[in-house]
Amino acid sequence: MVQVGKDLLATVGGLPAATSPIVVEASDVHKWFGHNEVLKGISLTVKRQEVLVVIGPSGSGKTTFIRCVNHLEKIQQGRIKVNGQLIGYREDANGKLVEDREKNIAMQRRDIGMVFQRFNLFPHKTALENVTEAPCQVRGIREDEAKTIGMGLLSRVGLAHKSDAFPAQLSGGQQQRVAIARALAMKPALMLFDEPTSALDPEMIGEVLEVMKELAREGMTMIVVSHEMGFAREVADRVVMMDDGQIIEDGTPEHFFTNPQHERTKTFLSKIL
Amino acid sequence: MAFVIAPMRTRLGRTLAGCLGLVLLLSGCAKSSYQYDWSIFFNSIFRPDGFILAGVWLTLSISVISQVIGIVLGIFGALGKTARLLPARWLANLYVWFFRGTPLLVQITFFFFGLSVTKIYTWPPINLFGLTIPGEIQAGIFALGVNEGAYMSEIVRAGILSIDPGQLEAAKSLGMTYARAMRRIVLPQAARVIVPPLGNEFNNMLKTTSLLVILGNVPELYVTFSRKNGSGPTSFHPFELFLAAAVWYLLLTTIWSIIQAFIERRLGRGTAGERPASIRERVFGLTRPDARTIGTITGGR
Ligand SMILES: Nc1ncnc2c1ncn2[C@@H]1O[C@H](COP(=O)(O)OP(=O)(O)O)[C@@H](O)[C@H]1O
Ligand SMILES: [Mg+2]
Repeated sequence: MVQVGKDLLATVGGLPAATSPIVVEASDVHKWFGHNEVLKGISLTVKRQEVLVVIGPSGSGKTTFIRCVNHLEKIQQGRIKVNGQLIGYREDANGKLVEDREKNIAMQRRDIGMVFQRFNLFPHKTALENVTEAPCQVRGIREDEAKTIGMGLLSRVGLAHKSDAFPAQLSGGQQQRVAIARALAMKPALMLFDEPTSALDPEMIGEVLEVMKELAREGMTMIVVSHEMGFAREVADRVVMMDDGQIIEDGTPEHFFTNPQHERTKTFLSKIL
Repeated sequence: MAFVIAPMRTRLGRTLAGCLGLVLLLSGCAKSSYQYDWSIFFNSIFRPDGFILAGVWLTLSISVISQVIGIVLGIFGALGKTARLLPARWLANLYVWFFRGTPLLVQITFFFFGLSVTKIYTWPPINLFGLTIPGEIQAGIFALGVNEGAYMSEIVRAGILSIDPGQLEAAKSLGMTYARAMRRIVLPQAARVIVPPLGNEFNNMLKTTSLLVILGNVPELYVTFSRKNGSGPTSFHPFELFLAAAVWYLLLTTIWSIIQAFIERRLGRGTAGERPASIRERVFGLTRPDARTIGTITGGR
């Protein structure tokens, strides 16, 4: 079993200072791919230090939604704010959304960590270089300082001995832990996880979930797309069920285990539990 | 005006006449009984005079500079071709379409003679670090570089497209701008895909410099050997001389293939499994049978 170190966030100087009690605020978000309406009015809020788990059948728009939160996807209607700031857009004089300048969008993304289903580590860089790349290049932190922080993070996720390994030399579980460390090194105020364990062999799921649970315990604000209901039960504050581009049910993990209301939720849960 | 154009015209005329003369000479040799003098061949290789060494040096310099220009233009061409902005894509496509679609010889002729006779640009000599670079060499490098850029655009574009879009997204999610993500994340990975065809391009470039013979005043390898043909003791020994020129080109391309193997090994950093060809394998075309090929051999299709 992988030893996940305590005080994961202490390595990057603790949780970033609160700028707003509400971290994510989405209101009436619509998104089309061509003529295909993929998000049909998503509204939700995530409070500081809250862990939100998003479930729902394949194709329901979960990935698309969290990609909108850091503006990897454009939206056509509605608003998404992170820490009170409109993400990816500014409003013109008539209140219409205009896409923001690339520099500003990049600036906003610094504070939003993302962990991908397929890890997306940089294959030409070692584990440690993956973790130090953005702090050095984007935040302008000195290399030796970034290395110290990077080694701290890698050892907390149980990978100090793999700091010089390239991604191709790591197992899926190890790669995903490096990816989490890479995102944390930017000292994000919010972490987005898109099915972080669904590309993993079953025996590696636990080690990644352990890291995520530790993060949740330390108070990181997280949106997690995942069907790991054990994880949800243990650390989620809230679960939302998406279906066909809409949120059809919203409640505590307990609610979903004991009395889900919607017929579709019941069928879906019976398949994954 | 006329007196500026006249010398250019006569120069072009002379160059063309020179080329024609060479053809006549060679066909003349083929008809008469031809006495081989192999000492000319061996001396040109083992005891090269200053002209030959200068020719080697010039061929190398022109090739390297043109290739560097080609790579830079190729990166911009590829970024243009993959850009979101429509005019950028048009411009890049137009560039590649034109320069891949017309003969290099025409481009070389146009850039030097075409621009200078119309006085758009007369290619005056440039002094660099105490070295005078004649207009012909400048124009030659320019033409070779711009032409190479079109081919490199396609190569770099294929390299960029071979990289998982998830790499750009991961970089963006960490707060990198498109430019930084390209420079730090996408292009270094694309380089692995780009280097093998780039090696072929440079190999080609080393030999294509010989087309600059048309400009008359570019004493690279091929021109140097052509000139020797009409002078002194080496008169009328074109076969020995051109064979020697071929050996010199072969030497350059062989050295390059060794360097290329080194580069490919370095860039292989972080890739599992696939082992780049070793120097010996690359130069002599020898491949050690690995597990997979042994499998197919014993499997006996
Ligand atoms: N880049 C894209 N272009 C066109 N359609 C897309 C694209 N990405 C996703 N979709 C469509 O959007 C819908 C939602 O997809 P997605 O957000 O990936 O769902 P989930 O993550 O819940 O499985 C699907 O119907 C999918 O086909
Ligand atoms: Mg998905």
